[in-house]
Amino acid sequence: MTEMTPLVALVGNPNAGKSALFNALTGARQKIANYPGVTVERKSGRTHFADGRPVEMIDLPGAYSLHPDSLDEAVTRDVVLGNLQGHRRPDALVIVLDAGNLDNHLRFALELIAQGLPTVVALNMIDLAKRDGLQLDSQSLARALGVPVIETVAVRRRGLEPLMVQLEDALKNACPATEPVASSIGAQNQRARDIARSVIISETAGRQWTRRLDSVLLHPVGGVVILLGLLFLMFQAVYGWSEAPIGWIESGFALLSDSIKNAMPDSMLRSFLTDGVIAGVGSVIVFLPQILILFLFILLLEASGYMTRAAFVMDRMMAAVGLSGHSFIPLLSSFACAIPGIMATRTIMDQKERLATILIAPLMTCSARLPVYTVIIGAFIPASNVGPGIGLQGLVLFGLYITGILGAMLAASVIQRFVTQSRTSSFLIEMPRYQWPRASDIALNLWQRAWVFLRRAGTIIFAATIILWALLSFPKAPEGSNISQVEYSVAGRIADGLEPIVRPIGFNHDIALALIPAMAAREVAVSALATVYAIDAADDDAAASSLGPKLAADWSLATALAFLAWFVFAPQCISTIAVTRRETNSWKWPIFMVTYLFALAYAAAGITYWTARSFGL
Amino acid sequence: MQLDLLPLNRMAVIRTIDWDALPDQEGHRLRALGFEPGVAIEALHKGILMWRDPVAVRVGRMTVALRNNVAAAIDCELSA
Repeated sequence: MTEMTPLVALVGNPNAGKSALFNALTGARQKIANYPGVTVERKSGRTHFADGRPVEMIDLPGAYSLHPDSLDEAVTRDVVLGNLQGHRRPDALVIVLDAGNLDNHLRFALELIAQGLPTVVALNMIDLAKRDGLQLDSQSLARALGVPVIETVAVRRRGLEPLMVQLEDALKNACPATEPVASSIGAQNQRARDIARSVIISETAGRQWTRRLDSVLLHPVGGVVILLGLLFLMFQAVYGWSEAPIGWIESGFALLSDSIKNAMPDSMLRSFLTDGVIAGVGSVIVFLPQILILFLFILLLEASGYMTRAAFVMDRMMAAVGLSGHSFIPLLSSFACAIPGIMATRTIMDQKERLATILIAPLMTCSARLPVYTVIIGAFIPASNVGPGIGLQGLVLFGLYITGILGAMLAASVIQRFVTQSRTSSFLIEMPRYQWPRASDIALNLWQRAWVFLRRAGTIIFAATIILWALLSFPKAPEGSNISQVEYSVAGRIADGLEPIVRPIGFNHDIALALIPAMAAREVAVSALATVYAIDAADDDAAASSLGPKLAADWSLATALAFLAWFVFAPQCISTIAVTRRETNSWKWPIFMVTYLFALAYAAAGITYWTARSFGL
Repeated sequence: MQLDLLPLNRMAVIRTIDWDALPDQEGHRLRALGFEPGVAIEALHKGILMWRDPVAVRVGRMTVALRNNVAAAIDCELSA
């Protein structure tokens, strides 16, 4: 009989340090996928017992009980109970407990142990508990629970070896835990508190860092100022810190393009490589630094424990539009990308609020819009200062962010009022202790984000670019004809059909053309324009110069502004639409979302164009 | 005294919780977070600006943020 690799699930309350333990056990050998049928992210990874036999670990979403309040929790329940279709039931559980929060975390632990799977308890963050003045007797906890208890400090890799030894033992003997199923929630809570009390040897008032920090960060006035300051710093950093790395990437691609041009005779293949692949994919990859900086900030805010404080500070303002602080976290993530943002809505308990948050998430200015904004602003807005240290270009960009946010707020109140018809929102959230984020966890997470982005650039964007290049290059305009290649191509003819629709909002033929492939992803609009102008360029010198000056020569300012306004609202991202479809489990909501966003985009672009025209721009 | 009216930084104990006044989901989550009669509680911070809502409370060894309308369903007694 061949032995299957045992599957071990890490399970525990949110903020128990579960993911840190998972990272410590599996290192960088992690796979991110989805659970069958749901978009909840499934993190799995491999590790080994001392004798080298492999174990597969999965990191289940944090939960408070097996009676779920959110979709995340439902996945945890279904996996633990073996009820998730197409997913194997784990062979054993590692229950992760925050040693400093035993009375709360033991409730869920008791419920889990009662499921009868081989179980080991990781008494995690034992160092923080000690720092907070808590002395625990882990042996007596093991006796009370009837399962092995190992003290761990995941972030310092302490206790990992004994944990694996106990896990191997539990699997080998397949000795199921024997905690009786509690008769009621009340009885279970009582038992949890009794056990917690019995294992606490001594409890002295420790250094209450969290409380002191909170009195500053949650201050009724100071807290708001700090949050706004942090957000300002974050967006400043996205632009300030990324300049140099973007320059390196750009010159790298230019070098590559030049060496291909020097090495190959002028041919179809050369045009494909330089005008298609490098111009297209390169124009998107240059935004990797900005995306990583944005994610770095969001990951730091999450890992330090500040994110829930930001939700606390923002709750009242979100309530004004029918949402709550719960929505703030997914919406902030949406500034990086709407997809993780929409997936993060799974922690929102109120389903109407969750739906409204999903529907407005695409209005947050995601990083894919940056390529579009940056190119247009660079080409049309003078780099002058409107005040000390305040550049006009930055101001316009800031205005675009604000327009998106205001649009989202407006949309949220209309949606909550007339679409979901939600009466109230709710806000109820655990605020974890502050922690110093661990560099290797952050680095691992950033690497995963970078990889997802590059994979996207290498697949969707690459494919869109190639198709567009082909559509633009064929059929060949006859020699000596005064019709340009772009006009003559298949793409040019499709754009001819679209042009009358977008003409009233000031869009020209090239924009109509760029909008089609940009349905795949917004940033493709830039690579599409780059490809259009590269193919159309009369000579190589013109093709080699960058996109901005060409746009500035070709478009009116009114058109450029309308184009920006369009992208504030337009739902041009196939992945977002697909994720909305999966998360709402219907076609109704993605169709609704796409329709209202296109309507807003069309109106905004039109208003912008005609207003600008009336000022003579 | 209702939790939303509890003075900050004073130890108290939950006396009763009016579960019927709470939507099912909130009640369920409150239980999951350890809110029960007899548990020690302390109001720590109030929300921003003039709203003073939500409120952050310590319950057991955990800090939880909740809105005043939910806090109003939790009746507490100041410890001596």
